[in-house]
Amino acid sequence: MAKGVKPRVKVPKTAAAGDSITIKTLISHKMESGQRKDGDGNPIPRSIINRFTCEFNGESVVDVAMEAAISTNPYFEFEALVPEAGEFKFTWYDDDGSVYDTTKKIAIG
Amino acid sequence: MELTRRNAIIVGAGAFVVAGLPIRAMAAASEDAIAAFTGGAEVGAGDIKLTAPEIAENGNTVPIEVASDTATEIMVLATGNPTPGVATFKFGKLAASRSASTRIRLAGTQDVVAIAKLEDGSFVKASSTVKVTIGGCGG
Repeated sequence: MAKGVKPRVKVPKTAAAGDSITIKTLISHKMESGQRKDGDGNPIPRSIINRFTCEFNGESVVDVAMEAAISTNPYFEFEALVPEAGEFKFTWYDDDGSVYDTTKKIAIG
Repeated sequence: MELTRRNAIIVGAGAFVVAGLPIRAMAAASEDAIAAFTGGAEVGAGDIKLTAPEIAENGNTVPIEVASDTATEIMVLATGNPTPGVATFKFGKLAASRSASTRIRLAGTQDVVAIAKLEDGSFVKASSTVKVTIGGCGG
C-alpha cells in the first residue's frame, strides 16, 4: 500500500432537490508512471491509481479509468445531480490492490 | 567491414529506419487505442470540447477539461507520450453535465486528443496542441 494516501473531497453540505452541484476531489498519491529511472538508472516500477468512481446512493455519477499520464495527486472536478438527500461515495482503486474510499453526506434544504 | 560507398548507404538507410521507428510506433499506439475505443467506427467532428492550455510551462501537471452535451464516454489521449492513454470518463445517470476536468502529464509538445462516444453511438473527436516547456515523464 502506498504511504500517506489521503483522499480529500469538496461537496456542498446542502442542495435543492434536483439541483446540480460541483464536486472536487483530490487524493494524495505519487502516481509513479513507470517511465522514470532511479539514481542507478533502473526504471522505477509503475504504481498508480487506475480507477476512480463516484456514486450517489448506489447510482453512478462518474467512473474514470486512469492511465499513467494522470498527474501526481490526481484531481477531478465534475458535476452531479442531487435528486434527494443521501450520501456520495468516492472510491479509488490502486494498482497494488488497495482501495481508498470516503463518503460525504448531503442534505436537502 | 570496409567502408565502401555501398556499405555507407546501407548503414545510413538502417539508421534512418531505426530513427523513424519511435515516432511511427507512437502514432500507431494512439491509433490502436482509438480503434479499441471506437471498435473501428468512423470518428467525426461534433459535440465535444477539449480545453487545454496553449503553453504549459510544466508538463507534470497540465490542466485539461472535456465537455460534451450528449457523450456517454469520453477518452483522452496524449499522442506524444510514451504510452498515449490518459483517462476514460464514463458518465452515469446522476452526472449533471457531461464534463470533467483533471490534470495530466505531457512528455513534450504534442497534440492532446479527446474522443467522445455519443448517446446515438457515434464517435466525435477534438484535439488541441499543447506546447510543453519542461517534459513531465522524467528521463
